[in-house]
Amino acid sequence: MPVDLKQKDVMGGHRKDEVLDIDHSPSFFKRGWMNTPVDILPSMHCFACEPARLKVVDFPNPRQWSVMDEDWKLPKDWNKIVMDAFGDRLDRFRTLKLFMDICVRCGACADKCHFFIGSADPKNMPVMRAELIRSVYRRNYTIAGKVFGKLAGARDLTYDVLKEWWYYLYQCSECRRCSVFCPYGIDTADITIIGRELTNLLGLNIDWIAAPVAFCYRTGNHLGIQPHAYKGMLEFFQDELEDVTGVRVEPSYNRKGAEVLFITPSGDVFADPGTFTCMGYMALFHELGIDITWSTYASEGGNFGLFTSHEMMKRLNSKMYLEAKRLGVKWILGGECGHMWRVINQYMATMNYDLTEGTKLETPVSPITGTRFENSSGTKMVHICEFTADLIRHGKLKLDPSRNDNLKVTYHDSCNPARAMGLMEEPRYVINNVCNHFYEMPPTTIREQTFCCGGGSGLNAGEDVELRMRGGLPRANAVRYVHDKYGVNMLSCICAIDRAVFPDLMKYWVPECEVTGVHEMVANAMVLEGEKKRTVDYRGEPLPGMEDAEDV
Amino acid sequence: MHIIISLTVSFLAVFGLVVIAFVGVWGAHLEWLFGVVIPYLAAITFFVGIVYRVIQWGKSPVPFRIPSTCGQQKTLPWIKRSYVDKLDNPFTTGGVVCRMILEVLCFRSLFRNTRLEFGDGKEIKYKSAKWLWLGAMAFHYTFLVVILRHLRFFTEPMPFFVKIIENVDGFFQFFLPTVYQSGLLLGAAVTFLLLRRIIDGKLRYISLPADYFPLFMILGLVTTGVLTRYVFKADVVSIKELTMGLVAFHPVIPEGISVIFYIHLFLVSVFFAYFPFSKLTHMAGVFLSPTRNVSNNTRVVRHINPWNYPVKVHTYEAYEDEFREKMKDAGLPVDKE
Repeated sequence: MPVDLKQKDVMGGHRKDEVLDIDHSPSFFKRGWMNTPVDILPSMHCFACEPARLKVVDFPNPRQWSVMDEDWKLPKDWNKIVMDAFGDRLDRFRTLKLFMDICVRCGACADKCHFFIGSADPKNMPVMRAELIRSVYRRNYTIAGKVFGKLAGARDLTYDVLKEWWYYLYQCSECRRCSVFCPYGIDTADITIIGRELTNLLGLNIDWIAAPVAFCYRTGNHLGIQPHAYKGMLEFFQDELEDVTGVRVEPSYNRKGAEVLFITPSGDVFADPGTFTCMGYMALFHELGIDITWSTYASEGGNFGLFTSHEMMKRLNSKMYLEAKRLGVKWILGGECGHMWRVINQYMATMNYDLTEGTKLETPVSPITGTRFENSSGTKMVHICEFTADLIRHGKLKLDPSRNDNLKVTYHDSCNPARAMGLMEEPRYVINNVCNHFYEMPPTTIREQTFCCGGGSGLNAGEDVELRMRGGLPRANAVRYVHDKYGVNMLSCICAIDRAVFPDLMKYWVPECEVTGVHEMVANAMVLEGEKKRTVDYRGEPLPGMEDAEDV
Repeated sequence: MHIIISLTVSFLAVFGLVVIAFVGVWGAHLEWLFGVVIPYLAAITFFVGIVYRVIQWGKSPVPFRIPSTCGQQKTLPWIKRSYVDKLDNPFTTGGVVCRMILEVLCFRSLFRNTRLEFGDGKEIKYKSAKWLWLGAMAFHYTFLVVILRHLRFFTEPMPFFVKIIENVDGFFQFFLPTVYQSGLLLGAAVTFLLLRRIIDGKLRYISLPADYFPLFMILGLVTTGVLTRYVFKADVVSIKELTMGLVAFHPVIPEGISVIFYIHLFLVSVFFAYFPFSKLTHMAGVFLSPTRNVSNNTRVVRHINPWNYPVKVHTYEAYEDEFREKMKDAGLPVDKE
């Protein structure tokens, strides 16, 4: 939902000039963190999950509860449930066990977190976020913690501590920026992923994650779009595309025997400006004439299971291979999405490779250029930016970059493709070939040092807008910099969550800048076979030099 | 934990240890306890503790490959990968080994460190900040040199490299006995690491007694070491007799070793015994960190999760059963008519 950012109350009662009046250095007289109980602020958290969501996926303890209530209606033995599960996770994840033990609190991560930069809440320093959990670990699993208690930085898991866990677990967007700077590679995201897994045993998810998970499980996608409606939406895009280009594209759905299965985040089917990127995909496939099908069953690239539990992630991810098997495709092409690609790169084969048995999946080969994508010979999934970069490299696309001449573009590396994969050059190669004005943001804010949009890992709700605007500040500030310096007016990205989060963020911090997916720019620059004289872009805005054209 | 309490507690703990050793040796003449029994116990605790720790970590599997990728991944052959990409986003084991070597020996990740300059929030900057890296390098390497130098007390004849280190370390040859720069640098580095914890508000907030205690311990080690060597000019021959006795498992307590040496030895013992139970285990743990010590090749090679178990999924059949009529009306193909 777009928010009216002029209203004072959306930012926790702060006027815009008050928002940045923050101090990152806790005063000498500030009480220690173990003696500072959690203060749950409105607009800095997401709403509690509805019980119905949990029932769909058989999650425990579904009930109506509210974050601002004193009583979270926990099951009686909540402490035992959490501590048992904590012990189990320590035995199953070396990351967790190691990261509980070896942090030296050197502070290198402290000012790397976008939520800390934007909010100055000291418990948003990555090290503190982990210490909240580590303190309970020390109390229960280390000699020093058992003997010396608070003196050893150890404390019991009380009701208040659980609430504090919850508040800060759901104020981490699991972007892993801190892990890049940590001398031991401690990955706060892995700690919060497991921490959230524990909260889910008590039914303490947020609705903005639990709802997409439940929808995705049942209808195939996060937004709960049913098959007929999914098709209806793409049909709407067909009409739009025809209006803009004069070319009628004909996508196919759930088609057996297709060579390629295409899976993209459903956000692109549903919300602007992702929809224009989705139209871009459709135009690209049509122009190339690839034997490709969309699926309504596996109609979600993203995976909010990653933000819920490892098991839920596996349950949702399995649909990709199951559908590939049912349709008998040779390989899978994946759309622009952030955490989707983290799951595909770091988890998919490990979790679900067994499901590829009996499929026709093979090492992906581009039907247009003949390129074998050896880098995805295991997962059988190719990123669309790799695919398009290869097309451009082989001169298979007829491009007119001047159609994007009204755009001064910068590129936001989405957290996961950057830090959980390393997809950095392909999007830049594509952008540089489809538009003439490309400007990088400062090096400390891109590539592996990129900043989160502020709404990653399922935090892109309406009710936590202050959290998002604060968390997105470092990114927005870098955009502001290139806007002031080069006149940048378009922020491009390859993530559907980015495309949902950035419009609000830009409206608040850099109103002169709009947001696009890379493939919207590709398609806009692409000269289609048999197209009419183009006057407008995919948004219906006049193309450069066509401002006075008649049918605008 | 407020900083005043943390500082007081950890300082008093170290001071208490000094008093214990002083009273124990000077007052109660427990040379055997402080010169032989405790050092042996400490050595055993250190080695058994570290091995136990590593085994404990090792017992937990690495279910997923989650390296932090800090460079371009290996993809299409014409997408350039610089040597930095190959190190920071390794595809091969060789790349991982190089990444780990740089991480362990050069603290590469710390070298990336930046410092936030927020100002009024209108123009946020991230300045290069190498001080922590420099302090950490100075601290760890001078500590290493000091430890290697101490091998002279535990070997006979001394290995050649100890002699070389001594010569280089005492290059300037001032004072008598010659002042080793490593000791001074170590003291300076530890002081820096301590001061930044006290002065920087963020660090003050996150620091625990468990952070100040090792720093005070090391300052104590340096101070007592300096006093032993330069001020009290301890009887090195007798000390070596004692240390060689320990190494040969023929412990002896020679006459004439000053109390300050026993205090130094006691602090060393406690430090080593404390090691496996504290954050100091990062020394061993850094080698095991799954965000650094695996390659990013999971799109090519399947990583096996030993506890990967089957999960309940929503099958296509169940999906079609729910939506069949709507699908048919929309002209979508169905498996069952």
